[in-house]
Amino acid sequence: MLKQMEGSRAVAEAVALCRPEVICAYPISPQTHIVEALGEMVKEGSLAPCEFINVESEFAAMSVAIGASAAGARSYTATASQGLLFMAEAVFNASGLGLPIVMTVANRAIGAPINIWNDHSDALSQRDSGWLQLFAETNQEALDLHIQAFRLAEELSLPIMVCMDGFILTHAYERVDMPTQAQVDAYLPRYEPRQVLDPSDPVSIGAMVGPEAFMEVRYLAHAKQMEALQLIPAYAAEFKAVFGRDSGGLTHTYRTEDAETIIVAMGSVLGTIKDTIDEMRQPENGGHKIGVLGITCFRPFPIAAVAAALKHAKRFVVLEKSMAVGLGGILAVNVRMAVTGMGLKGYTVVAGLGGRAITKKSLHALFRQGEQDGLEPVTFLDLDWNVVNKQLEREKAHRRTGPVAEALLRDVGVVGARNY
Amino acid sequence: MFQVRIHGRGGQGVVTAAEMLSVAAFDEGRHAQAFPSFGSERTGAPVVAFCRISDREIRLREPIMEPDAIIIQDPTLLHQVDVFAGLKKDGYILINTSKTFDQLGLGDFIRDWRQERLCTVPAMELALKHVGRPVPNVPLLGGFAAVAGIIQLESVIKAIEERFSGKVAAGNVAAAREAYAIVKAEMEEARRKETEHA
Repeated sequence: MLKQMEGSRAVAEAVALCRPEVICAYPISPQTHIVEALGEMVKEGSLAPCEFINVESEFAAMSVAIGASAAGARSYTATASQGLLFMAEAVFNASGLGLPIVMTVANRAIGAPINIWNDHSDALSQRDSGWLQLFAETNQEALDLHIQAFRLAEELSLPIMVCMDGFILTHAYERVDMPTQAQVDAYLPRYEPRQVLDPSDPVSIGAMVGPEAFMEVRYLAHAKQMEALQLIPAYAAEFKAVFGRDSGGLTHTYRTEDAETIIVAMGSVLGTIKDTIDEMRQPENGGHKIGVLGITCFRPFPIAAVAAALKHAKRFVVLEKSMAVGLGGILAVNVRMAVTGMGLKGYTVVAGLGGRAITKKSLHALFRQGEQDGLEPVTFLDLDWNVVNKQLEREKAHRRTGPVAEALLRDVGVVGARNY
Repeated sequence: MFQVRIHGRGGQGVVTAAEMLSVAAFDEGRHAQAFPSFGSERTGAPVVAFCRISDREIRLREPIMEPDAIIIQDPTLLHQVDVFAGLKKDGYILINTSKTFDQLGLGDFIRDWRQERLCTVPAMELALKHVGRPVPNVPLLGGFAAVAGIIQLESVIKAIEERFSGKVAAGNVAAAREAYAIVKAEMEEARRKETEHA
């Protein structure tokens, strides 16, 4: 049924349709609306049987999810930013133990400086945690990915993060097609755990493993993720059969057939990129041969699909809302690995950190520069060089220049006086 | 695509207004995307929210920098924020005030714009009168339905009834209807003057 609603509400309703049995969460922007809505549904009895557990921290949220999942309950939580970092130790445990928890990450920057706005630093900091990571382009896809995630997680016995851009998606009202309970029930079977804490059939979940078998246990986690590369497209295809929509999968290409330049990106910025590409492809604008490759599944990283999508292009530009300080890009490194030996030119563009708007205007200029191989290996989109250079000058001139954040805020002036 | 930017202060229901506008457009079968300025909104601080309305799927995720219409929920922002930034020439302006554009000091700015697209409505007074609370957002949506003609008043009313219930819904519906009538009358007056002028 078509509805106009907030992204967070849409995700909450989709999660409820998946019949979770334990939800534990700690509030943090921009994720809070999701678990608030779920908390209301549990309280009013529309989501039952389900236990909503208020916990004292994100570390506790993930720990409770681990316990609940080990006891055989379908378990869900959500977090963002520092919350994800605070639960990091338990995040690794959840995947190491092979527990199929589904967690929404409402992507937000990591401090310091403290910043509540969107980028992908939080999820990507956990890229090697052993969780699968799926990135939604729209609220419809965010909703759909949650339904697929429960099925995938439980089939693989691995946890999954469904990542959606904080504020840009979580707080956006847009049209979604909300499935019926019957559809979700037809798609998502009852949870049959591979392992469960059962007093009548005792097992030890979380045994200590020494050098004699640790590598093998870890390898099996990797093998499971490789297996997911087959399952994810298969489950997306089945999803289409039940729900009638293309959602999920490993990657999506748009107008790449004859593209000489392919932009690679994840999440909601793909929409702005597609609009830009449509404009550039119009004959009156020069008919640029440009397309985009959207990465839906970041972990496991779909090396073969990325290589196949890029192989006929001359160059690719990875536009990512994250950075590897001291190196450049994170997504870019993964993409480069996929195209090793293919002789493609590749560029990294770090954009939109901490909520900096990524505009069509900037993308037009950037893509044209990329097409002419005029980009630096690593570019920072719309960086205010005046502000940067002013601080660098200060640091050359004085020893005690004080906190960088404060100095830069003083330079840029009162933010409240701006429109956005 | 029609793009609306709403300026107000934390507590005035700026984000809610954008959301309800999107619901009204959705109810008319159109695509709509509403989103806040992603700030950590505080009571009294300047707040911006956006709404795009289109007959096609909306993929664009940038803030609205070149709006077709601006709704100003708090006229004191005129001295604090560049509320008209990027507004298209001959765009629509709706301000919550009982003053005229001239009295607000905007006479020169809008001199050669289409006058029937520039309206004011005492939305705060209407809200106090009908709802008993100083929240101007919903009456302004009623006024917006009149000035821009992009959405029907009935869709706004439907969106109000989806969002609120009981007395609050009824009060807001009455306020939106009165605002609609006030703005319609203003537009008629502006057209009449233009015709006389011509």
